[in-house]
Amino acid sequence: MKQPRIPLLLSALACLAVLAGCGKAGDGAPAAAATIKVGEFASLTGKEATFGQSSHKGTLLAVEELNAAGGVLGKQIEFIYEDNRSTPGESATIAKKLITRDKVVAILGEVASGRSLEAAPIAQANKVPMISPSSTNPKVTETGDYIFRVCFTDPFQGRLLAEFAKRTLKAQKVAIVSDVSAPYSMGLAQYFREPFVANGGQVVSEQKYTGGDKDFKAQLTVIKNASPDAVLVPGYYTDAGLIVAQARQLGIKAPLFGGDGWEAPELLQIAGSALEGTYYSTHFSADNTDPLVQKFVAAYKAKNNGETPDAMAALGYDSVMVLADAIKRAGTTDGPKLRDALAATKDFPGATGATTLDPQRNASKAAVIMTVKDGRFQYVETIAP
Amino acid sequence: MTELLQQCINGLALGAIYALIALGYTMVYGVLRFINFAHSDVFMVGAFAGYYLARFVPAASVPGGILVLLGAMALCALLGVLIEKFAYRPLRGRSTLTVLITAIGVSLLLQNVGQRVFGANPKSFPALFPLRYYQLDNGLVISSAQIMVFVVTLLLLFALRHIVLHTRIGTAMRALSFNPTAASLVGVNNDRVISFTFALGSALAAAGGILYASNYPSIDPLMGTLPGLKAFVAAVLGGIGNIAGAAVGGIVLGLVETAVVALGGSTYRDAVAFGVLILILLLRPNGLLGKRQAEKV
Repeated sequence: MKQPRIPLLLSALACLAVLAGCGKAGDGAPAAAATIKVGEFASLTGKEATFGQSSHKGTLLAVEELNAAGGVLGKQIEFIYEDNRSTPGESATIAKKLITRDKVVAILGEVASGRSLEAAPIAQANKVPMISPSSTNPKVTETGDYIFRVCFTDPFQGRLLAEFAKRTLKAQKVAIVSDVSAPYSMGLAQYFREPFVANGGQVVSEQKYTGGDKDFKAQLTVIKNASPDAVLVPGYYTDAGLIVAQARQLGIKAPLFGGDGWEAPELLQIAGSALEGTYYSTHFSADNTDPLVQKFVAAYKAKNNGETPDAMAALGYDSVMVLADAIKRAGTTDGPKLRDALAATKDFPGATGATTLDPQRNASKAAVIMTVKDGRFQYVETIAP
Repeated sequence: MTELLQQCINGLALGAIYALIALGYTMVYGVLRFINFAHSDVFMVGAFAGYYLARFVPAASVPGGILVLLGAMALCALLGVLIEKFAYRPLRGRSTLTVLITAIGVSLLLQNVGQRVFGANPKSFPALFPLRYYQLDNGLVISSAQIMVFVVTLLLLFALRHIVLHTRIGTAMRALSFNPTAASLVGVNNDRVISFTFALGSALAAAGGILYASNYPSIDPLMGTLPGLKAFVAAVLGGIGNIAGAAVGGIVLGLVETAVVALGGSTYRDAVAFGVLILILLLRPNGLLGKRQAEKV
């Protein structure tokens, strides 16, 4: 398929700029000591841009707060970010550029598991710690001992959705529509199916699509015929929105539900009133009354024209705070020592609750269930790990 | 049985959209013997024109919707004329390959300018026409948007046939397609006819873009690529250059794709569509309806 090559051009230009900068700084002292460089790769444009932007805004807020409070270890954080345009094949290049050209001490990113998986081997090979704010596929941290995440994983989310389907939706028969091109979607479908079937539930139909498809009526007609009690759509919001709208058009009345990939205001715009009575699980609710959460919500709103932060923003914020905490405890930005400090993170209080990194370098924390009612996302319940 | 019928409706609706886009491909090819790969991106511009024009009319009303549709068609017709004037006209008389590569260049240009101007993020397309669902007594569902695609495709199909077969400009188009030099010798203004052809083809692309976006209300600057390629397959399948063939090809492709997904092969959907292209080129290079002597255009 035709893929525009602007990012390559941009990164080429960026490389030139860096080289030019080196030339000028050459006669002075080594630049490394002045700041702590942190890199981020994010989907700032393209298919999952809403996620990337939210996460990025949360990340920026955290960096600004830290720098305003005097930085970390007495140094300001220099934040370098690159856009991968939600396309495959860019993230590894960006990770290489951040590590070899910019010499960052740690990498933050990404929302989509598929793209985190592209960058993770680069970070691992160079012994630069990488923290993914919100990639939930288990494979991401399995890449190696330098890869961390501050969110829960799909096995946990799948188990929780299975429990939710059974207990709250009272569903016996569930149909699944998943995205074969997204490891996140396939993983979540699998981690839902296993506990759900083990508890006596039944998966009556499993349909697949390729991310970016627009017409799902053929799959949904098959599902309608299987008359499920509920339909799981473990995809991202652009596809999920169209699926929900087309399911209602075809007369599927069963509730639809999904994972944290749903959480974006665009979902409401694409599917509109068809979303009433659908559910999804996520990491964070701005309605939470915890003072730490409310402090974050207020700061985020003040910086972003009153926009309410979503889960991705909160996780982006936490990814920086967890990193800063580890740098403080390590007392250095040296790769292996920073890695050990990160691995020792325990009950770190953040915007998404207390973060503890387990031996598999995954955060274990509570999840919330949201629903759509009267045209907006509303909090339903919190489910502990 | 109900499921089978519903799948047929799904397939027909999808096929009608492919047919609508394929009409534009086939018309330009019929006159100029050249595949305008920028067609799928004019289709995208049409959808975005609809997106912005929709702000000036009342939402979900028939007159407003028609105004937006006509406005977008006019804008894209203008765009088509400009593309022809600046990109293709200077290359007139060069080898087909040169023009073809230029068309791909124009396509990439439109995609990237689109990402710059409209932003790369998907936008949700507003409801232009009132949307209703008709529930038949045996459980079949059909939406007004799907019906509209059929109606508009049929209308444009007949309008196009009429223009090509029964008007002065249509006669000039056919003359040009048979022999450009002879046509200009007998007084046909080739430049004007070619401009008109591009205007017409691009207006069709705009109509396709708006109807596509009404059915699948998430639009982005790269949205044209896949439907454009599928419509190209449809045009070749029906016999490129043949107007009725484009319609038949679109419908067949829509039905085949839906059947593949319904039988559980959703991951092979695109592979099957392009497999059809390879098969048709091997077995029947002139397409289903294209005969060597058939009236092209």
